[in-house]
Amino acid sequence: MKRKWITFGRIIHAGIVNFIRNASLAIAAVAVMVITLTIVLFSVITNATLTHTINDIADKIDVSVYLKDTTTEAQGVKLTSQLKQLPNVESVRYLNKEAALRRYIDQNADNETLATAASLSDNPIPATINIKPHELNKIQDIKNFLTQKSIADLQTEGSPSYSGDRQKAIENISHAADILQKIGIAGIVVFAVVSALIIFNTIQMAIFNRRDEIKIMRLLGASNWYIRGPYVVESAIYGLLSAIISILIINSAFVASSSALQASSLGLLDINFASQYFADHFFAFLTFQLVLGIVIGTASSLIATRRYLKFKTK
Amino acid sequence: MILLDRVSKTYNKAAGPSLDRISLHVEPKEFVIVVGQSGAGKTTLLRLLTREERPTSGKIIIGGIDYDKLKDKDIPLLRRKIGVVFQDFKLLPNRTVFENVAFALEIVGMGRKEIKHTVPKVLDIVNLKGKENSMPMQLSGGERQRVAIARAIVRQPRILIADEPTGNLDPKHAWDVIKVLEKINRYGTTVLLTTHNQDIVNKLKRRVVTLDHGKVASDRANGSYTVDTKGK
Repeated sequence: MKRKWITFGRIIHAGIVNFIRNASLAIAAVAVMVITLTIVLFSVITNATLTHTINDIADKIDVSVYLKDTTTEAQGVKLTSQLKQLPNVESVRYLNKEAALRRYIDQNADNETLATAASLSDNPIPATINIKPHELNKIQDIKNFLTQKSIADLQTEGSPSYSGDRQKAIENISHAADILQKIGIAGIVVFAVVSALIIFNTIQMAIFNRRDEIKIMRLLGASNWYIRGPYVVESAIYGLLSAIISILIINSAFVASSSALQASSLGLLDINFASQYFADHFFAFLTFQLVLGIVIGTASSLIATRRYLKFKTK
Repeated sequence: MILLDRVSKTYNKAAGPSLDRISLHVEPKEFVIVVGQSGAGKTTLLRLLTREERPTSGKIIIGGIDYDKLKDKDIPLLRRKIGVVFQDFKLLPNRTVFENVAFALEIVGMGRKEIKHTVPKVLDIVNLKGKENSMPMQLSGGERQRVAIARAIVRQPRILIADEPTGNLDPKHAWDVIKVLEKINRYGTTVLLTTHNQDIVNKLKRRVVTLDHGKVASDRANGSYTVDTKGK
């Protein structure tokens, strides 16, 4: 047991020595790995931020159905319960003319002219049904239902209303988020493969430089792990270092952008949110980066060392 | 200690077998010299014993280990039981004499203290006391070969295989090396030595196995090189 620990210590030590000796080769490996990890983390944060933006806007959107004055309250209630049966409907709220007027006055309490105009005359506000959909991208069913002849006849002109241009904005953001996510995944895959290949080459070169030593070690009865271990440790150090550098880069990017863009919003990207999100999940991200970096590093060095450790079978 | 039963090794079918149904039995503590011209199969034989190569057919058993049943992961364990010395020394050029010998102990997980205690003793056996901190480049060929022997025996193997250890040495240094091998044999290690050197074979007066075209041409106790290769 004690011997195992001594050997383990020697493997780690040799790995660190290898890393230092290999510094010039290591730079390329670390640089690509840093790019990979940075893209990964950037994608994750961007995705979360866009989702946040969408949810934010989505919370404010609803579908409004305005009923003709000739439509009876019974018809309104019936329509409400029919709407509740639709699959994508989260909640439905029926407001008769009086309730709709009260809400209108409440909403425009700070605009006296509008409020008084509405209350003075003979209640111009129609009875209203507010529908909150589960998923904004899939309100086609609700649309179809509301536009069929029998239902449309109950409604005023201009009904139903989909919170105007918000709907369009949401579709745009969802679309953008979708594309960004796809680009992100493609980028992650490409860079992960490239950095694995570069580490693979770095380790192969390191092994090639010391193939005589490896041959001697094998003849003296060194176990495969004793020979391979230092290279695995070396590439794990690449991963470790890259993860730390990548986290530092993202961190300083946030620091720089938050002071430069005091304002906080960069188009669809809410920098404040992103920055907060990053800060809240800092240790999770750090762990994630470390794990990913070390996995890429060790996996490629395991493959790189494999063919030097085979025993003849024929 | 070493048992070969009709062992053949063919690298290339067109060229014929390098070893052709060799049978050999070596007792514990024996000192056996294997002679033969270049290409007779000496090196192939040793490479089979260290399991760098596998025989095309036949059975090899060393120290109770049947090579047919040896798993890949146990090959390093086998090699730790056999000391090997090469014609070209195979020392690590950027490590001192002490470190080269210590290396064999490091890879089996021996602690630093134990290594510091063991290495000087072995360097004493091969008459290299005081050279601990020299680099291989600073040593003569004979001294380098003795470092290699020290490395081979530091783990106290029961078998020492020496592949032309004197091949690159002048006669005086060659004898230094042979004397060390005899000393190790006296301590109880089985020694298998291959050589070209007639003088050494004749003076040693040990068991001589002569290989010729991959076959055992003769196997005599107290043999000599000249007799065995006559008529070639």
